[in-house]
Amino acid sequence: MIHSILAVYYREMLIMRRRLTRLIPSWSVSPLLYLIAFGYAMGKHVAIDGHSYMEFLIPGLIAMNSMTQAFAIASEINIARFYWHIFEEIQAAPVSDFAYVAGEVLAGTTRALLSTCVILILGLLFGVVLSCNFMFWLGVLLNSFVFSSLAVGLAMVVKSHGDQVLLTSFVITPMAFLGGTFFPLENFPVWGQNFIHILPITHAAKVIRASSLGNVVPLSSYFVLAITGFIFFSIAVVCVKRAKD
Amino acid sequence: MIKVQNLNKIYKSLHALKDVNLHVKQGELFAYLGPNGAGKSTTIRILTGLTQPTSGSVSLNGFDLKESSIKSRQQCGLVPQSINLDQELSVYENMTIHGLLFRMDRAERDKKIDELLSYVDLSQRCKSLVKELSGGMKRRLMIARALMHSPSVLFLDEPTVGLDAGMRRKIWALIKKIQQQGTTIFLTTHYIEEAEFLADRVAFLDTGTILVIDTPSNLMAKLGSWALDRLIDDKMEPIYFYDRDEANSYIASHKESFTLRRVNLEDAFLAMTGKKVK
Ligand SMILES: Nc1ncnc2c1ncn2[C@@H]1O[C@H](COP(=O)(O)OP(=O)(O)OP(=O)(O)O)[C@@H](O)[C@H]1O
Ligand SMILES: [Mg+2]
Repeated sequence: MIHSILAVYYREMLIMRRRLTRLIPSWSVSPLLYLIAFGYAMGKHVAIDGHSYMEFLIPGLIAMNSMTQAFAIASEINIARFYWHIFEEIQAAPVSDFAYVAGEVLAGTTRALLSTCVILILGLLFGVVLSCNFMFWLGVLLNSFVFSSLAVGLAMVVKSHGDQVLLTSFVITPMAFLGGTFFPLENFPVWGQNFIHILPITHAAKVIRASSLGNVVPLSSYFVLAITGFIFFSIAVVCVKRAKD
Repeated sequence: MIKVQNLNKIYKSLHALKDVNLHVKQGELFAYLGPNGAGKSTTIRILTGLTQPTSGSVSLNGFDLKESSIKSRQQCGLVPQSINLDQELSVYENMTIHGLLFRMDRAERDKKIDELLSYVDLSQRCKSLVKELSGGMKRRLMIARALMHSPSVLFLDEPTVGLDAGMRRKIWALIKKIQQQGTTIFLTTHYIEEAEFLADRVAFLDTGTILVIDTPSNLMAKLGSWALDRLIDDKMEPIYFYDRDEANSYIASHKESFTLRRVNLEDAFLAMTGKKVK
């Protein structure tokens, strides 16, 4: 079991290592733009709950980025599946569906954690030092777990790589903007807040922000993330099983 | 060995395999022939666990595919019809990942990689990225990779498609060598002379139904030993004879010019599948 998980993970890591010189710049560009546009230019005079807007923004960017990067493995899986047919190589091997999902989720999580490090470094360049304690990393980890599990499941359901792109722009991009990443949720009407609280990203932004700014962490949100991740993971295993036409 | 009983596969409205029954013996080289869309790849995909059958049972070396899918997958090696290597990784890395997927330890992996890459003449390219290899090299790498975990059954889905004549013969020699080491081989191909040269037995498949299973020599003997090709209304219509004198007297009694040749497996194939296509 562990062997198979590591085999799937190792493959993704080899590919990522080859691409790292291209990935790191791509992980930096959009956070950097947000930091310059919203944090530096616009948010200079805004303060939220006693923190500068920059301090408010960076944890939000971390939540958003760990989500998008964890989800990005969906497109890796799809290219491997539809374009290179590598999924078949793994399916023909004695690898259980569970081990396959676990390996891919681990790869997505690794990718998300690395991109988080990139943002933390960018934050330092802007003079923002966050407290990267255990609860902070736990939040990032759970968020990555949720979205890489979702990614594996959806990657098995879609029929082409084009569908995958569509899903990203209808599911991930809206969440990236709505889930309390860029502004406090209190600015929304109540019904809107209720809706937004269903989204896992909202909980991720909450715990990542609270822990990194040294505020009281909402334990219930960790719980919500863990449960959601577990459900998505289980669904992903079923989806892999059903991907054999 | 491979045992297939009453195998059926239905894709939505298409009945791709109809009651397929097969029994491939230990160490045998079995060729599975049929026109495009006959269901060859579908059969291989089912036997290797990539596709779920609609009904029927399959066992590999005594392991039932449904009940012990992981165990039966450990038994087989697969060279699929389309190239499925990791293009951005090196030859060595592709082989290593395969070894890991099949639970081989490091020493065993490296030993096998060395051995197999020299077997398929790719030792020099060990560090090259797959995307830098030629088509023929990729095909050879696919075969080497499928042999990494010493499978007892090897499935080859058109292993020589798109290769030049010299390379094809090299791969034939390779396949023979693999068989001599005791591996059971299940091969599909559109080059019928390939099956004639390699196979112990062949099956002709047409639109999901097996028409016949026999040795190449028996199939050819049914038609005769000698063939005369003639052209009738834009169609090649060979005539078959059991002995050469018979054929020669036929030529003597007709005005057209004929070429006299040996009956080959392609004649048998066309005689069986051709009737239906028309
Ligand atoms: N995933 C699929 N969904 C629907 N139909 C399929 C699928 N895969 C194969 N088929 C159909 O099943 C039939 C058999 O296909 P298969 O690929 O097994 O043929 P084949 O004998 O390997 O042909 P070829 O020589 O062209 O490779 C074809 O009619 C094909 O269209
Ligand atoms: Mg085929």
